Amino acid sequence: MAQVEIKFNEETLALVHKMIKRYPEGKHKSALLPILHIAQAEFGGWLSPETMDYVASILNIKPIEVYEVASFYSMYNLKPVGKCLLEVCRTSSCWTRGAEDVVKHLEKKLGIKEGETTKDGMFTIKTVECLGSCGTAPMLQCGASYHENLTLEKVDKIVEDYRAAGKQRSYTDMDYKNTL
Amino acid sequence: MGKKLLIHNDKVPGIATLDVYRQHGGYASVEKALKTMTPNDVLEEVKKSGLRGRGGAGFPTGMKWSFLARPEGVERYLVCNADESEPGTFKDRYLMEVIPHALIEGMITSSYALGAKTSYIYIRGEYFYVARIVEKAIDEAYAAGLLGKNILGTDFSHDCYVQVGGGAYICGEETALLESLEGKRGNPRIKPPFPAVAGVWGCPTVVNNVETIAAVCPIINMGGDEYAKIGIGRSTGTKLISASGHINKPGVYEIELGLPVEEFIYSEEYCGGIINGRKLKAVVAGGSSVPILPAELILKNDKGEPRLMSYESLSEGGFATGTMLGSGGFIVYDETTSIVKNLYTFARFYHHESCGQCSPCREGTGWMEKILHRIVEGHGKPSDIDLLWDIQRKIEGNTICPLGDAAAWPVASAIRHFRAEFEEYINHPERIKDVKHYYSVHQLAGA
Ligand SMILES: Cc1cc2nc3c(=O)[nH]c(=O)nc-3n(C[C@H](O)[C@H](O)[C@H](O)COP(=O)(O)O)c2cc1C
Ligand code: SF4
Ligand code: FES
Repeated sequence: MAQVEIKFNEETLALVHKMIKRYPEGKHKSALLPILHIAQAEFGGWLSPETMDYVASILNIKPIEVYEVASFYSMYNLKPVGKCLLEVCRTSSCWTRGAEDVVKHLEKKLGIKEGETTKDGMFTIKTVECLGSCGTAPMLQCGASYHENLTLEKVDKIVEDYRAAGKQRSYTDMDYKNTL
Repeated sequence: MGKKLLIHNDKVPGIATLDVYRQHGGYASVEKALKTMTPNDVLEEVKKSGLRGRGGAGFPTGMKWSFLARPEGVERYLVCNADESEPGTFKDRYLMEVIPHALIEGMITSSYALGAKTSYIYIRGEYFYVARIVEKAIDEAYAAGLLGKNILGTDFSHDCYVQVGGGAYICGEETALLESLEGKRGNPRIKPPFPAVAGVWGCPTVVNNVETIAAVCPIINMGGDEYAKIGIGRSTGTKLISASGHINKPGVYEIELGLPVEEFIYSEEYCGGIINGRKLKAVVAGGSSVPILPAELILKNDKGEPRLMSYESLSEGGFATGTMLGSGGFIVYDETTSIVKNLYTFARFYHHESCGQCSPCREGTGWMEKILHRIVEGHGKPSDIDLLWDIQRKIEGNTICPLGDAAAWPVASAIRHFRAEFEEYINHPERIKDVKHYYSVHQLAGA
């Protein structure tokens, strides 16, 4: 993987400062979760110690305050993941409608097990808990996109489409400069 | 057909935009409240409406608001709980995605009643695209003078912001949510003090669910007394129910409280019956945390009366024969479902989501997952059922927050009502070895 410089560009920094202003004077730590999402998206899809230290420096808080938060929440990846993190819901409603088939199919198709990343660094399979898509089960999330009412054919198509696009899919891939 | 107050316009093209929303009567409650009512008048209407929190606990909203401390010179906050992570629940997502202005309108009217100059909408991080829709709506509201300084030319000024979470079910618990809003780990706080006294950044705070806040709009528009006539008894108004599992028409339905459960499951207007015409086996009526009930107890209570979709009727009989309305996450299981395997998915969920602060919850959820895993894998021991029972008893009531109870109840209820199925797994593992306990995606596609 190409080395990315751990530094937000001007535009992103402006956004970060705008986000900090949403909270009262001195309560800037509140912006930590959204800023971690941006950092993860910008710096390779995961939070390296360097990235977390950088976020700490921006918010003027101790690095440990960032580590303890990053390690608590499931959306922050503390290890590198593939460009497309395929997160398949495994909880009750999805399970009743074939989530296990979806996982098995993905494992076979990509030649990896749940939790692993393909050799080309393109895909990681992860099973996750209910994503609020139970009425359109089974489902998987990749980046900000929800893929619902899955069939195995649909799963094939999703994988092909992502492979063709070849891009990193992160939670903030949708026009995040205007959001968060 | 029951009354609809929240999503009656959900099929109107462009309803997510401010213009169309206003053409259909949107922001009337803001006009009415800010221009013709005092904050206390608004509070009184909400009290009269009998509205109860739609996030799960069902606590009367008017009463909660009246507990808000109002010391001079200290900011007060309204925080909207849009963390929605209770398995089986996706109603808030639907409301925010389809009619985002219904939430913004409710935030403004409610904040006026509470005297909050700033409010936050805490949305689970996975709902990133939903957060984006809500933010767009907020921008539109600012541009139209519905947010910001001197709203609609009145003295009331208000700012509303979105905050996204990082992926943690526990942040739906209101004090964990506040910790998370402060940029910390989502560890629930010991209560008291309650958020009404010391909430976000130590300031008095009201935390309400998305649907609760949206319901304030029709209450102000029609008046609390009129709202209280809808529904049944102390279950006033309408409720969004997210229906999933083995039904023909999964989705979000707005029902008038008091609708018979049987009608909800079988009528074409709602769930449309069980897929492939199979028999109903069990229902989790209010999100994963509430007790599971077998078909005979969800359709009728222990007195043989039809069970209704209301806070009281669903809890009739206590946990021995009843359940709870909870968040309205209604999961339906047909006759082919393995209750044991399903319970395992719940146990795994709670173990994954325990914040780890209290030993009974942290250790207990881990043990329950482990034991259920060996049972579904065919390695269960006859003593395991009693062991599970014992563990859940030791968690319930012994923890800082209700996640412990929420982890215990599904286990207790599954054993209470389906003990024979656990015994089958343990005594005849060979019978369950090759059985699929769920529909394959192919079967469903063809169904
Ligand atoms: C573990 C746990 C998870 C919860 N998750 C949610 C949630 O996702 N959304 C919600 O509105 N309330 C949730 N609640 C309930 C909240 O603590 C709180 O009661 C609710 O937000 C209050 O709003 P209401 O009175 O409008 O219902 C949860 C409670 C617990 C114990
Ligand atoms: S009950 Fe569980 S989730 Fe709640 S505070 Fe204790 S350990 Fe955390
Ligand atoms: S159970 Fe899979 S999205 Fe809710």
